[in-house]
Amino acid sequence: MNNNNLLKKGRRMGDLKYMILSVISVLTFLLIWQLLVIFGVLSTRTIAAPTQVLVTFFEKFYSTAPDGATIFTNIAVSLKVSLTGFFSAIIIGTPLGMLMGWYKPLDRFIRPLFEIIRPIPPIAWIPLTILWVGIGLGAKAMIIFFSAFVPCVINSYTGIKLTSQVHVSVAKTFGASNFKIFRTVGVPSSMPMAFAGIRIALGNSWGTLVAAELLAANAGLGYMIMMGRQFVRPDVIILGMLTIGILGFIFTWIFTKIENVVVRWRTL
Amino acid sequence: MPNDDVKIKVRNLTKYFGDLHVLDNISFDVKKGEFLCVVGPTGCGKTTFLNLLTKLIPPTSGELYINDEPADPKIHNISFAFQEPSAFPWLTVEQNLEFGLKIKNIPKDVIKTRVERIIKLLGLEQFRKSYPHQLSVSSEQRIIIGRSFAMYPDLLLMDEPYGQMDIKMRYYLEDEVIKLWKEFGSTVIFITHNIEEAVYLAERILILSNKPSTIKKEVVVDLPRPRDFTDPKFVEIRKYVTELIKWW
Repeated sequence: MNNNNLLKKGRRMGDLKYMILSVISVLTFLLIWQLLVIFGVLSTRTIAAPTQVLVTFFEKFYSTAPDGATIFTNIAVSLKVSLTGFFSAIIIGTPLGMLMGWYKPLDRFIRPLFEIIRPIPPIAWIPLTILWVGIGLGAKAMIIFFSAFVPCVINSYTGIKLTSQVHVSVAKTFGASNFKIFRTVGVPSSMPMAFAGIRIALGNSWGTLVAAELLAANAGLGYMIMMGRQFVRPDVIILGMLTIGILGFIFTWIFTKIENVVVRWRTL
Repeated sequence: MPNDDVKIKVRNLTKYFGDLHVLDNISFDVKKGEFLCVVGPTGCGKTTFLNLLTKLIPPTSGELYINDEPADPKIHNISFAFQEPSAFPWLTVEQNLEFGLKIKNIPKDVIKTRVERIIKLLGLEQFRKSYPHQLSVSSEQRIIIGRSFAMYPDLLLMDEPYGQMDIKMRYYLEDEVIKLWKEFGSTVIFITHNIEEAVYLAERILILSNKPSTIKKEVVVDLPRPRDFTDPKFVEIRKYVTELIKWW
């Protein structure tokens, strides 16, 4: 027991050491950046100093310049768009993939269409969606949907195809109907793969968000970045980029927590 | 054998895979609560035979009757303990034991009582909330056996469930199966290639011939339990069965 505690303590010390290293690396990077701007090596027209970005961040709490919205409005708009697209993709894509993987006729029916749509890059849908639904929430959510939908379908499809035959046989000898086997054996056994797909979808939807907003929007983080360019405000651009990065990180973290609960049996 | 005692009737079971004749006209009866072992040379179609009995694959001809009705997993309680690990990794020990009962839509309180009984009999109390991969391979196999008995099956089929165990664990689990079988009075067909195991467990042994398999011989084992591997009578039966498998 004592040994174990010592070992744990040792590991914690090691973790701390590595964390300090990581912090030092980030701080050094910021410091060099700051110095380069202060000494005029980098022009303030093309890049803003980290301190300036921080100042802008606090300013954007209440200021709507230059893009017409505060940082909170922009975050809220972007979140609404990306989450709408992302969740619609999960709700439609994951069950669809599973059903296709389980029921052959459905697979044969949908797969050709899916294979045609699959290689089209999500942003190639932008012009069409603008024609169809304008530049509102629906349009952007739809573009994000296209980017998140494909990995949801493919992974849950592959996951359910990998269901162990002996598990299916167990349920079959107990007298389960095909649908019951699908529900009680196929779906749970494909969950780890489905989650891997949703994780890819999360990354895609966050990435496509910026593209969607860069091209057609009137608020949001991507739109803020674009306005920053038009008004030559590198601080606003960098603030937008960092906000997107940090939000993406938070999402992945929340998602990992949810995944650990749902497929607990894999992580224990 | 008086007819009212017969639980399982197998009649003229024949199976071809294309041109390959695997089983040839197999007929036999199993009495209610009987422990029947099936042995045969390697590759004689034992697993095919079991898959036919569970209705996982259709026979070319012939039929299996349970209580004089054609067997149907949707109507009858058939349990199958497979050779390969078949505990559901996403379910806890307790949920694995409940699985078949839930499929059969058995009332919740009945499920609870039965699962408790099995957990107690197998001594799995401390593992009830564990997942199969957290247990040893032998414990995982015990879940499978427990899950099969929990069904109170009309027919319990076991396909070399201890094939991958070491000899000590085998003895232990064989005794455990006997304990469960006596407790629940289930009708068991146990397939193995291990003759010693068959003599230790069975009340009656069916010996299959090489492909196309038929029943070559039926051997009644009327030794008292617990059986002793060194008992001269035990050894005699074992040798007899071995000879029958060797010379075809």
